[in-house]
Amino acid sequence: MDALLAVVQGLPMTLWLTLAAFAIGIVGAVPLSLALTSPIAPLRWAARLVVDLIRGVPIIVWLFLLKFGIHVGTFKFSPVNAAIVGLGVVSIAYLAEIYRGGIQAVPRGQLEASKALGLSGGTTFFGVVIPQAFRIVSPSIATYLVGLLKDSSIASTIIVSEMVFQSQSFARQHPTVEGILPYVIVGVIYIVLSLPVAFLSRRLDARMRKAIFA
Amino acid sequence: MNWLQQWAGYLPQMLSGLGVSLFIAAVAIVAGYPLGLLLSVMVQHRNLVIRTLGLAIVEIGRGAPALVILYLVYYGLPKFGIAFESIQAACIALVWNAAAYSSEIIRAGLQSVARGQTEAAYVLGLSGRDTFFRVIMPQGMRSAIPGLMGVAIQMFQGTSLAYAIAVPELMKSAYNIGSEDFNYLQIFTLAGICYAVISIPATWITVYFEKRMSRHA
Repeated sequence: MDALLAVVQGLPMTLWLTLAAFAIGIVGAVPLSLALTSPIAPLRWAARLVVDLIRGVPIIVWLFLLKFGIHVGTFKFSPVNAAIVGLGVVSIAYLAEIYRGGIQAVPRGQLEASKALGLSGGTTFFGVVIPQAFRIVSPSIATYLVGLLKDSSIASTIIVSEMVFQSQSFARQHPTVEGILPYVIVGVIYIVLSLPVAFLSRRLDARMRKAIFA
Repeated sequence: MNWLQQWAGYLPQMLSGLGVSLFIAAVAIVAGYPLGLLLSVMVQHRNLVIRTLGLAIVEIGRGAPALVILYLVYYGLPKFGIAFESIQAACIALVWNAAAYSSEIIRAGLQSVARGQTEAAYVLGLSGRDTFFRVIMPQGMRSAIPGLMGVAIQMFQGTSLAYAIAVPELMKSAYNIGSEDFNYLQIFTLAGICYAVISIPATWITVYFEKRMSRHA
């Protein structure tokens, strides 16, 4: 019971990290995904380089780089801010890649039909492509959110007191068999938290398939 | 440039850390994929007990963060008298992770094999074992290849979490160097480059395979 209480104390921080980083990612990925699908080749290459570079480096390295590496004058990141910015930046790259996939998955006939109807480029993109792309990517975004929830546990390595950090400190204070409890509990909490999102993802996926590909 | 000179000095220690990282990733992949195949078969098994057991192993391996599994193996199991060295614990945790993720990919691959193949094998009088190992698996694994390569990259990046249980891998080497002279920016940038020079080309190869697969699909 004590173990459960200790772990749950970290729950608000876990949720805060996840949602804050998710918010950064959802918004920040928009311009990056536009660059990824841009007709201007150098812009596309630059965006591809940024995405691959961010995704090619493990999250823990980004967090340490921000937490320990950034020193501008008197400015330093607090652990929580470093975690939010780090997870946010990584989310931007992953979500941009998901958006790109969605934009490119809109059936070609839609573009041809808009052209035949005489729609302008802007109307085609925002009125035809984006609404359909959004439906295509929404299950993947939900899946990514579950991944981000789990990745937020990495913030414990830079001393952010989220759930895994709380589990560790409880385990240190209880060197008996009881010490294994918080790790089991925290694992269960992550799985339970991800269930509703996973369920939502499957529902969205089924609806999307009916609406777009059927 | 100053940074490059410093990096050159750091490199031997970093490379030995990278070696440990690659070793753990290799163990995770070599042991994880066959286990993943086993799990994917267990999850589809007729027997409820086997199916439930398989499902539990997969869902815990995928649902709990890798860091939690790592702590569970390294700090948790010794409480029951099963103690591991940190590097062994890291290998076990990542093998579990790799097996859980790859089992889902392999299952999807196996299920993508057309039903007619099983029926044809049955009509030809092949045994259940021959049908699986000679007909279904070779075809199913083919479509699982890009996904499995993705898991391999994920595992290589996942080795960085072993830092948290003091495995002397790349991230730990970087941190040790950094705490000697506080050049954290340089050293973690170098660490990031070390990870990126392996992950990024690996990603490109995966994308190439994905494209090739979808061409023949």
